[in-house]
Amino acid sequence: MGLEQKAGNMGIVTTSLEKAVNWSRTNAMWPMLFGLACCAIEMMAAQAADYDMSRFGMELMRASPRQSDLMIVAGRVSRKMAPVVRKLYDQMPAPKWVIAMGDCASCGGIFNNYAILQGVDEIVPVDVYVAGCPPRPEGLIHGVLTLHEKVRKETIKDWA
Amino acid sequence: MSEHLQNTITRIQARNQVEVEEFRGEYTVFIEPEKIQTFLLELRDQHAFDICMDVTAVDYYPQDTPRFHVIYQLYSMPHNVRLQVRTRIDGNNPRLDTVQGIYSSANWKEREVYDLFGIHFTGHPDLRRMVMPEDWVGHPLRKDYPLGYEEVQFSFNFDEIMINKPHPKD
Repeated sequence: MGLEQKAGNMGIVTTSLEKAVNWSRTNAMWPMLFGLACCAIEMMAAQAADYDMSRFGMELMRASPRQSDLMIVAGRVSRKMAPVVRKLYDQMPAPKWVIAMGDCASCGGIFNNYAILQGVDEIVPVDVYVAGCPPRPEGLIHGVLTLHEKVRKETIKDWA
Repeated sequence: MSEHLQNTITRIQARNQVEVEEFRGEYTVFIEPEKIQTFLLELRDQHAFDICMDVTAVDYYPQDTPRFHVIYQLYSMPHNVRLQVRTRIDGNNPRLDTVQGIYSSANWKEREVYDLFGIHFTGHPDLRRMVMPEDWVGHPLRKDYPLGYEEVQFSFNFDEIMINKPHPKD
């Protein structure tokens, strides 16, 4: 801030490249528009007027994986759905992050049987797990903010 | 019991060897598996049971032989009555004639029964798996099918399970 006082009103701020890039990534992190089960209802509530995720630049859910940075796996993933979810993840351009929303996506939840994947981390690398069945919108927003903190700590080395 | 159902049951009992069961106003007719096609055709054409609501199966595995019951839920639009038709099938290479030609709605329902119970419907035009993945082994709703239980990860066995857990790379 010292620079502004010395250089006058030139509209210049100095920062590091890492901070600038991470700031832009966290403040416009677009989630992919898909829900697999009841957690998706809470995800919609988090997007809607009461909780309003657009405060964090996340009002825009992209229906195409090509345009999204964040995959919120909202709900249980069946073994038949697993290849589809993995394919969607592969279609997202890097950098990309995954939130496992709710107990089912995190560890299988109450569905401990042959049909449901015991945690979505068996098929995609998960950054943040949000507990709850389903988690309240505050829970999801807390998970998103935790992810933002994680992204802000990334360095140039991690981008390579 | 409605008059139409009464007439139907007396008429089919006169022509076929069937057992009839009643439970709280719902009627079930047991028929031998070989006669299922002709029997359902008779019910559809002569007794106006024009809709096949559902085709399901039950596995009575340890306690009953033959172990499978295949169940047809029929409904008559003109008379507003329902009738359940059951047939018992042996668990050793279970087979049954398809009724897809009689009730075309039975097409997908027979596929589902085939998928989950492994009952083959001979003459079915497209007998593929319906709900499970296509490369799935086994038929999950059979009573002798393992549930596929995975041990739950707690703090005391966390490491042990973590080693065996599949983890994808980015």
